[in-house]
Amino acid sequence: MRNPFALPPMPPWMEKPTVLGRATKGIALTIICVLVLYPFVLAVGTSLASADELRAAGGWVLIPSEPTLEAYQVLLSGGVVTKAAVVTVGVTVIGTALSMLATIMIAYGTSRPGSLGSRWIVLMMLGTFLFAPGIIPSFLMVKQLGMLDTYAALVLPVLLNAFNVIVVRQFFMNVPNELLDAARMDGATDMTILRKVILPLSKAVLAVVGLFYAVSYWNAFFNAMLYVQSDKYPLQMILRSYIIEAGEMNAGDLGIAHLPPGQAIKMAVLVCAVAPIVCVYPFLQKYFVKGVLTGAIKG
Amino acid sequence: MTTVESAVRPPQGQRRTEGEASGKRAGRWRRDKTLFFLALPGALYFVLFFYIPLLGNVVAFQDYAPFLGFTGSSFVGFENFTAMLADDAFWKAVGNTLEITLLQLFLYFPAPLALALLLHGMLGNRLKRLVQTVVYLPHFMSWVIVVAMFQQVFGGAGSLNMFLRQNDISILNIMNNPDTFSLLMTSQVIWKDCGWGTIMFLAALVAVDQNLYEAAAVDGGGKWRRLWHVTLPGIRPVLIMLFILRLGDILSVGFEQILLQRKFVGANASEVIDTYVFYNGVIDGNWGISTAAGLMKGIIGAALMLAANKLAHRLGEQGVYNR
Repeated sequence: MRNPFALPPMPPWMEKPTVLGRATKGIALTIICVLVLYPFVLAVGTSLASADELRAAGGWVLIPSEPTLEAYQVLLSGGVVTKAAVVTVGVTVIGTALSMLATIMIAYGTSRPGSLGSRWIVLMMLGTFLFAPGIIPSFLMVKQLGMLDTYAALVLPVLLNAFNVIVVRQFFMNVPNELLDAARMDGATDMTILRKVILPLSKAVLAVVGLFYAVSYWNAFFNAMLYVQSDKYPLQMILRSYIIEAGEMNAGDLGIAHLPPGQAIKMAVLVCAVAPIVCVYPFLQKYFVKGVLTGAIKG
Repeated sequence: MTTVESAVRPPQGQRRTEGEASGKRAGRWRRDKTLFFLALPGALYFVLFFYIPLLGNVVAFQDYAPFLGFTGSSFVGFENFTAMLADDAFWKAVGNTLEITLLQLFLYFPAPLALALLLHGMLGNRLKRLVQTVVYLPHFMSWVIVVAMFQQVFGGAGSLNMFLRQNDISILNIMNNPDTFSLLMTSQVIWKDCGWGTIMFLAALVAVDQNLYEAAAVDGGGKWRRLWHVTLPGIRPVLIMLFILRLGDILSVGFEQILLQRKFVGANASEVIDTYVFYNGVIDGNWGISTAAGLMKGIIGAALMLAANKLAHRLGEQGVYNR
């Protein structure tokens, strides 16, 4: 392996960096990384710690000496947290699938310049950047549609995001016209072109936008708070009531008789809410920078 | 599959010309109807969940009663607005909003730029990518998680106070202190989004013409002079664009963030316009007054953004969109 601290080639006019300068930068970046990562490590460590160790340490453990999965076993044995996790996973999977479908449809439907109605629909989407309808009219709309206290209220009101649509549309528009013309010459319909030409070329942008949608469904809590009752709460609402507002979880809520220390359970809930994102996102990192820039510059 | 279709159907390009000959409208319809139907559900979504609710803002001019609906409630002109302007809680919310937003403008807006310059100056690419992976991560955390993480470190029973207690130093009240709440909010925003904010700046930094650096260096410009005379002017369009976008959002500060923490510091320190609308309207049922507040906020935000964009055009900058 190469030495990561070795200097890469530099243009001749650039001054050689001083040892002091490099050290300062290195220390600054290390501090920043520690500030970002410390709470994550603390949550994982505490969630894995045993009752005795937590008591001895005063409540928090960074690296447990004898890790135990007791807290996770309790959480996943049924009860409030398991139910909420099922809701969150369901909303995220179904919501992301529906959002992607709708996004691809509207993005493709408006991607050919001059096609019927596309100008108006695009203007309509751009308009969402300038105004926001406000909490109350949106709430009244959901109420009028009879969606209060249904799972649909967690998906449909946030089905599309104009920013994501514009990013995808931009990408579709950049597919070379020669390809489309060639497909048409072969007799492909618009649907065939979408399936056989455009979608296979757009995997990268679809991955990014899919991640954005999935993360927003996974993280949403305000719509749940506004639109549904507690039996339909997702994980984020459980986090809110048990961790931030420090309600104690009792054995009855969790459906078991014996409880490991509360602190470990709380941190285990937090880890469950964080883990899927942390696991998925590094794989998509190289794509999402591109996604952000396309939308910001061309949108 | 494709070959079968091409055998059965005439090529589309040919159909299109036929359609145009027989009448432009009908031909256009035949050519575009697939695309039109594909776009329709999405368009319906924006009408249903964006534009109709936007019209729903008429509630601001009504004595709205939920069981009567938009059509049944009587119009009261600007009564809701005068009631709102006479409400002390509203002015408190405006004051808090401005305090928090200005603090964020001064502390949070430059932070990603500084971090981007630091990252850009890093020479090792592999190390740079690793740091980027780390600093982008918090952006993907929900506000619930961000607040929970701040609590586990800075809360009354958090790890910082655990450390202080074990070393017999008096503990700090950070999470529940109304006086420093705006600073706490700003630091949470920085923790969450500072790394993510560097993406735009990094892209702009890469796009600065390398020959300018060389020319400046040949003319004897040191590191700092090059930063001031080459780098910053080079990324000015991006800076201005982000600043304008920020202005449009200036009255929306951390709605979810405050909702989660309002209990700990009290409404007096934490109420902003958005939470005023929520608590006054959805919770207390003062629909008219709070819709009026939301509407006013929306209009001021849009006006600020358009004005700033116009100013940018006057000053010869590109702004967010072109004329």
